[in-house]
Amino acid sequence: MPFSGVEATFWAMLAPFVAAALAPVLTQKLKHNAAWVLAAVPALIFVHLLSLVSSVASGQTYALGLEWVPSYGVTFSIYLDGLSTLFALLISGIGTFVVLYAGGYLKGHPKQGSFFSFLFLFMGAMLGVVLANNLITLFIFWELTSITSFLLIGFDHLRTASRRAAIQALVVTGAGGMALLAGFILIGIAGGSMEMNEVLASGDVLRDSNLYGAIFVLICLGAFTKSAQFPFHFWLPNAMEAPTPVSAYLHSATMVKAGVYLLMRLNPVMGDTALWTTILPLFGGITLLAGVIIGIRQTDLKLMLAYTTVASLGLLVMLTGAPNTVAVKGAVIYLLAHSLFKGSLFMMAGTIDHEAGTRDITKLGGLRNAMPITFAAAVLAALSMAGLPPFIGFVAKEVLYDGAWNTIGSGFVIALVALCGNVLMFALAMAVALKPFLGEKVETPKHAHEGPILLWAGPITLALSGLALGLLAGYAGYLFVNPMVSAVSGLAYGKELYLLPHHLNMALAMSVITIALGVFAFLRIDYLRGLVDRILTTIGWGPDKGFDQLITLVVRFSDRFTRLVQGGSMVTYMRLSFASVAVMLFVPMMVTGNWPTMVGFENLAYFEWAFVVLAVIGLYAVITAKNRVTGIVSLGITGFSVAVIYTLFGAPDLSLTQFMVETLSVVILALVMTRLDLKPKDVRSKEDRVTDGVIAGGVGLGVAMLLMTIVRLPFDSTLPQFFTEYSYSIAHGRNLVNVILVDFRGFDTIGEIAVVMVAGLSVLALIRVRPKKSQSEKLVEPVKEAAE
Amino acid sequence: MNTVIFRTIAPYLSALMMVFSIFVLLRGHNEPGGGFIGGLIAVSAFAIYGIACGVAAVRRAMVVHPMSLAGIGLFIAVLSVLPSYLFAQAPMTSQWLIFDFLGSTMKLSTPLVFDIGVYLVVVGAITSIALSLEERDVD
Repeated sequence: MPFSGVEATFWAMLAPFVAAALAPVLTQKLKHNAAWVLAAVPALIFVHLLSLVSSVASGQTYALGLEWVPSYGVTFSIYLDGLSTLFALLISGIGTFVVLYAGGYLKGHPKQGSFFSFLFLFMGAMLGVVLANNLITLFIFWELTSITSFLLIGFDHLRTASRRAAIQALVVTGAGGMALLAGFILIGIAGGSMEMNEVLASGDVLRDSNLYGAIFVLICLGAFTKSAQFPFHFWLPNAMEAPTPVSAYLHSATMVKAGVYLLMRLNPVMGDTALWTTILPLFGGITLLAGVIIGIRQTDLKLMLAYTTVASLGLLVMLTGAPNTVAVKGAVIYLLAHSLFKGSLFMMAGTIDHEAGTRDITKLGGLRNAMPITFAAAVLAALSMAGLPPFIGFVAKEVLYDGAWNTIGSGFVIALVALCGNVLMFALAMAVALKPFLGEKVETPKHAHEGPILLWAGPITLALSGLALGLLAGYAGYLFVNPMVSAVSGLAYGKELYLLPHHLNMALAMSVITIALGVFAFLRIDYLRGLVDRILTTIGWGPDKGFDQLITLVVRFSDRFTRLVQGGSMVTYMRLSFASVAVMLFVPMMVTGNWPTMVGFENLAYFEWAFVVLAVIGLYAVITAKNRVTGIVSLGITGFSVAVIYTLFGAPDLSLTQFMVETLSVVILALVMTRLDLKPKDVRSKEDRVTDGVIAGGVGLGVAMLLMTIVRLPFDSTLPQFFTEYSYSIAHGRNLVNVILVDFRGFDTIGEIAVVMVAGLSVLALIRVRPKKSQSEKLVEPVKEAAE
Repeated sequence: MNTVIFRTIAPYLSALMMVFSIFVLLRGHNEPGGGFIGGLIAVSAFAIYGIACGVAAVRRAMVVHPMSLAGIGLFIAVLSVLPSYLFAQAPMTSQWLIFDFLGSTMKLSTPLVFDIGVYLVVVGAITSIALSLEERDVD
């Protein structure tokens, strides 16, 4: 594949994984300075994608594919349009600075190498999610982001809180991923294709399909869990246990937007239905309000930012659901603005934590002189978040108010919710950016001073990008926003974007209200915090607690269930297993009424009868045997008789095997008996004997009847003909059985011998298990029970 | 069971069974037999030897741990899949080497290698189960 042009995107997708492999070695050699080298990878990806922007902006889309699993229609294919290109740009662009930041933040950490590794794995996965064209490929990358997120949240795995947060994130997003897979498969069935570009071109097929409801619910479950929508929002604030570079990258700028990406992606073919325009704004709106309200309560910088992220995701989902192109455009610009300012603010919070030793807002103040660059970055980013001109955040807010207000039907409600959310977001932005820096100098655990360049390069660059995009709104609109709006709305969109509105409209009025109320809320933030705190304490229950209760419930249930089916008595296991087999054998015959008929017995020769009789004698000997060893040996009589019958009916291979298996099972059973420390005699009660007899008879009769049914079926000679014809001519063997085993069906045999080997290993392991002295009493009980 | 006659005969019987098992393995492609049956015969041989002379003697005779034998077998079996890649054929396409040796036609092939692998897996896995059941204290 060429290294330039659109096909190089494949290399761009591979690059992060290569970097993940190299990162530990590089970090060992160069220590934290490895970040400079590693950051070149996402930077190059960014440059590559940037080179495609102009052609994407002119309306070009690319769909390229490599075959992966052709038999299941899975291709490794990518799709580049306005939506995926902008996402990929954000992932690689912010990724560059996050890698640098991680270099400074985890400087000297013994596991910095593996941290870089996980970070790059995540980057690769995330690029895969947004670039994948095939739905199955997308799903695989989607799950990979969940797994890498788990590794990164639990990076500090010695802390209980980290582990809990990591598992919680994995369970919530993993469960959503399962729903998503089902949704994708249904899309494939309803839409007739697993390729995104073909699905997108299918017009109203999905909307008209009677599977639409199911697809909608499943896709929403996947998207809502990933993008932390109410009521699944709780995992995101908990994920703040991760080191700050992770919070900045995964849990604000990129991964949590995967759900929004998916909804935007499917908007052209699934949007504009009553379901879509109700559910999305409803849950998005609740998430927005819940996010900002709970956010107000927090005093930890990272948690405040995390809740505003939840709120922003709610806003994005709400706007994506609004049946209005301008609202979608607002969502697109807001998404761009949010990635920049939130990434920057998180890094700023991390720097403060790193340098001052705390990130509790009540314990910080007056850092402006100690950390001037961080202060500048914080203010620039917060102004964008607050939606003040001339930042891109202002443009976003103007457009989204305009879009929300003009949405037919629900416009007023959506606009009002957006307004409330933005007011509190404004207050939070100010609090996060100003509180630690202004006011009197407060003593902090560490003596605060400006961090190294690795720590401030990212926040300041991202914050300045927000300013630049705002000033150059026209270019940003043409290059990034309009192509993405076209992709999300499914219609070519080419309206110009301005920084300042050309005339007074409702949106501007709402902006003014937002700022006025926002300033007021900021000044009264301590009062609001107390208020929210009191209300939430009164409620006392939240989804986070609910998650714990659910997990406890599941554990308790599985505990009970395990006790029920794994009681420790081997007799019970055997009875249950064989009774189930008997039921499985008889139920189909009963249901279909397809009972076998007796055939062929009258054709038996006298010596054939002799062996049948011998088998029955063996059976009689087993039942009446005085002790166990006699019983086992008598079992051999029946086995050998059956083996002879095989020979008589022309199956020498089968017969030979049967002979050997019989011999060995007698030997091994006898050995097992000696080990089990059993009483030589059978000491079961009469009832037990009857029960066991009924089960044994049932299984035996069932198998016999099944065989009789099979024999009655018309004989299909295709396979035998094929094997007789080709066995010698192409496989050079006259023994059909052997040729099938080692040649025609050789792959099956590989599987089988692997099973034999693993079974042998397991038996070996089980025999080697020796109960500890303290447990031996407990373990002897069931064994004795089994014997009796 | 452990009579003098049995103990005297057992080593010879086992040796004979071993030879027979290899014979059954090799002729398997054209006559009844093959790796699986051959393997089971060999296991019986080891079992008899073990009952007569004790597990330690069997372990000495086998030189390596039976489970490693099974591992080697699986490895050989998987290895026999590979030559087809050299000739750009579908995986596991059998390769034949047919030549005259001392006046008779020899046919060597990847299925034969594969069958030897099957033989070793069966011998290794089942013998190790039987042996570890037979000895009570040490492994």
